[in-house]
Order: sequence, then C-alpha cells, then structure tokens
Amino acid sequence: MTDKLTVFNPVGFPPKVVPKPLAPRLPSLQGKTLYLVDCRFDDSDIFLRQMQAWFADHMPSVRTVVKPISSVYLKDDPATWEEIKANGHAAVVGVGH
Amino acid sequence: MTIEAKYGVPTVAVHTDKFDRVVRSVADVSGMPGLRQVFVPQPIMGKTAVELRAYVDGTDPISGRPVMQEVIDGLTRPFDGPDAGAREFDRSTPRLVEPDTEDNLRRLFLDNHWTDGLPIVLPTEERVAAMLAGSHRKPDEIVGRMRSTHFREYWEYTVEKVAVNAVMAGARPEYFRVILALAATGVTARGSSSSAVATMAVVNGPIRREIAMNAGTGAMGPYNHANATIGRAYGLLSQNLQGGSVPGISYMGNQGNSYAYNSVTFAENEERSPWEPFHVQHGLRPDASAVSVFTGCRSTAFTLGLREKHWREHVRNLLRGMDPHGPPTLLLDPIAARQFVDRGGFAKKEALIDWLHDTARLPASEYWDYQLVQNYIYPRATFGEEPWASNLRAAPDELIPMFRREDIHVVVVGGETNGYWRIMGCTYQNTVSVDEWR
Repeated sequence: MTDKLTVFNPVGFPPKVVPKPLAPRLPSLQGKTLYLVDCRFDDSDIFLRQMQAWFADHMPSVRTVVKPISSVYLKDDPATWEEIKANGHAAVVGVGH
Repeated sequence: MTIEAKYGVPTVAVHTDKFDRVVRSVADVSGMPGLRQVFVPQPIMGKTAVELRAYVDGTDPISGRPVMQEVIDGLTRPFDGPDAGAREFDRSTPRLVEPDTEDNLRRLFLDNHWTDGLPIVLPTEERVAAMLAGSHRKPDEIVGRMRSTHFREYWEYTVEKVAVNAVMAGARPEYFRVILALAATGVTARGSSSSAVATMAVVNGPIRREIAMNAGTGAMGPYNHANATIGRAYGLLSQNLQGGSVPGISYMGNQGNSYAYNSVTFAENEERSPWEPFHVQHGLRPDASAVSVFTGCRSTAFTLGLREKHWREHVRNLLRGMDPHGPPTLLLDPIAARQFVDRGGFAKKEALIDWLHDTARLPASEYWDYQLVQNYIYPRATFGEEPWASNLRAAPDELIPMFRREDIHVVVVGGETNGYWRIMGCTYQNTVSVDEWR
C-alpha cells in the first residue's frame, strides 16, 4: 500500500458573494429611450453606431443615444450612469472583449 | 453591472464570444449570475462599419439566436427560473487537501490549475512549517489582497498561504521574506489581460547578498536558485491566492508570455552601477532591502552599447519601437550604464530619464492612432487628464512625448560580459520593504 500524504491547499480566501439586484425588465422598448453605452475599447463606437442604425431601420419608435463613457473603462463613471438613469429607460453596454 | 445593480437601469452587456466563460464567471462571483449578456464574433477591432453591421444583423455565436433578438429579450423578458436571483454557493477554502498518494496529489494540483504546468514541490506540513520559520510573522496574519483584473473581486491571503505557494515553487526558507514582500505588494503576477502580460521584480539592498541572488552574469535567468524560485513563487502565489488563473476563465492572454514562469525576477547590480539604487530612488535607505514590481511586461528591444556617432538616434529608434502604452524601463548592463554617463554626461539617472522622455517622441497623429492609446489614453485625454489633454491639442505633425516622464525607469543589471542592454516595456507599480517581513 502506498503512503498517503497530507498537504496544504494553496488557494486564497474568497470574499462572500453578495447577491445584487437586477433591474425589472421593460414591458417593451416601444417609445423608450435606449442608451448605447460606448466603453471606448477596440472600435466599440463603430459597432454601436451599427446597432443604432439597426434600431432606426427596424424599431424607429425606439430613441437611441450613443453615449461614450467619460474616461477609460477601468474607471467608474457616475456622471454617465446618472444621466442614463435620468433620461433613459434601458442601456446596452459594449463592447466588452 | 454597476448601472444595472446600483442605478436600477435594465441593461444588456455585449461581449465578443471569446469572453463567454470569463464574463459569466465575473457575473457569478459578483452576485449577478442572471446578468443579461449577448455575444458577437471576435474581433471588433479593425472591422469596417459594414462588417460590424453584419455582426449586428447576425447571430449570437454562443446562443445561436439573432443578436438583436437577444438584446431586445435581454431588456424586456422578465426574470424567472435560473435568472431570478443570485445563487449562494460555498466559497470556503479548506486548509488541507484530502490525503492521497504523491502521484494523485500531483495530478490533483495540475488538474486544479494550481501550478504553472511544471512539477512542484508538494506543500507538506513539514515543508510549510520550515518555510514559515523564514519569517517572524505569524501564520494566520493577513498579508494582503489580490485580484487578476479590475473587474474581479479581491481575494485575501495569510502568511501560511504564501508559505504553501513558496514551498510549491521550490523556494528555500531564507527567501521567504522576499516572497512575503512580493505578496504584500498586492500586485498580481498573473494578470488576466488579453495582452498576455508578465510581471518584473527587482530586488535591492543587503538581502541580495544574504540569499545569494544574482545581479551579474545571467541575472535574468536561468541558473540562480534564488532568482528562479522567488520569481516562480510570485507567479504561483498570484494565481492561487487571487482565486485562479485559468485560460478562458480567469486568464485571457492571447499568446501567453514565457516571462511569466519566473516573473523576470533579479537583483539590481548596485555595486557596479554608476547611479543610486532603484529602491533609494523610491525613498528607502541604501541599507534597506526592498523589492520593486513592474507590470505589463510584453515587449523588449535591445542593442549593444552606444556608438559614438549615432547613439542618440539608435536609442530613439529603440524607444520608437515600443508601444506607447508600455513605457520603457531600461535594463542596463553596467558597461552600457557607464556609456550613458560617458557619452551623454548623465551623471544622475534623473538626467538620463529626462533625456529619454524628450527623445521618445512621435508625430501626434501617429501617436493617437495606436490602438492601445485609443483604448486607454485617449479616453483619459478627453476627460481632461494631463499631460494627455494638452497633447491632444497638438497639430498632427507636431512631435509629442510617447511616455510620461514619471513612467520611465532605469535599472542596472548584468555581469559585464558585454555591453548589451534592453528596454522592457512595463509599468512600475510599487516598492515594498523586505525587512518588514523578516
């Protein structure tokens, strides 16, 4: 029989997962203002302009606003989030790679 | 996640498909497993508007459903079933692994992504106790927190956990104080950036001699036991203490980086340097021992010595070969360091750094067109951060600095077998006392 060894677990200690609420969904997007939030990474602005064009073509009642974040995506951007909360109904954030 | 959870705005996040597992993992550990995420093909970068419109009109490569249907559903479909709320799950970390044979434990460590792929020393109770004797710190003392990327949560670790990883790397107990100092930086050597970064660690002060680190011939590897195992321990402790570094989930380096095997760890050749040691530049006494860490190690450029006629142009060419997002740290063999003194009159490192800052320039239009400048610097310039905001006002042909002066560094290392020197593109993070961890 081969001897068994006792060894340490090398993994650190994770923080507790705290569930965060998800916002209630909208009944529909008709007549709503949708922010297309440009995270300013790898040509995401060009992509979001195409998504904006899709809404113009297929769902013209949806008002879309392409909104670049204020600085780099690594920084929180409360001014932009406040603006969207005040003036918008929903958001698409892109493009994370 | 912030706009959804904190501001209550229904949100869909759009990602490229290569990041499927990583973004779901981040949402899970952030307590938002139901976060609505939509995927388009990789890459976005460099695609034309027409090509990107095809992404919008196309299907989500993960779900197989139309991208825009996924977007609309994500904003309008009520939560139910598995989307309804965050799951609680066990995230405790046991102190010990279930006893098993040596072969089975080696396989377990490998299968769990607890190694760098090379054989390890199994962290038995006896070996870990011996490692802990290398410092006066208590085993249960918290050393710090670390995470693999800005978007993940910090994990915490104790002196004992650092010792476990130091044993695995093959380090000796007398190295433990340096390894603890590296852990205390809180800077990961296993960043998950898709740019495949590695970290560099420079050791200064008397500790270099005490543990026989190499600052001379071959200092950057291989062969010196302290340099090799301290650097490897830094990598292993980073991946394990931050909660993982698994390709596709918590490591996304596109090409990987062989520098990461020992985190470019070496001692500065203070004795043969014409300038003050790196740690003294950063506020420590010459007789103090310290370790300094640099992140984002990817690119290097090299040359031999400084030619009398065109050395300025040669250095400028090397600097221009760097990406402006990876500022230069010159790693100078003492021969090259003295040539900078002799040819340029740089009696102090600061004078050399001033000259490097002034020399490394690009036409503004070229500078701002770099992809990483667009991703990371241009947004900060438009936000008003200097010096970039001022540089943004430059005419297209105006030569502007590639790097901030404070991001340029110089370290002396090498054994004078010749005057080769190199530039490491990397970002200095901080310097931590080793003496506090003795």
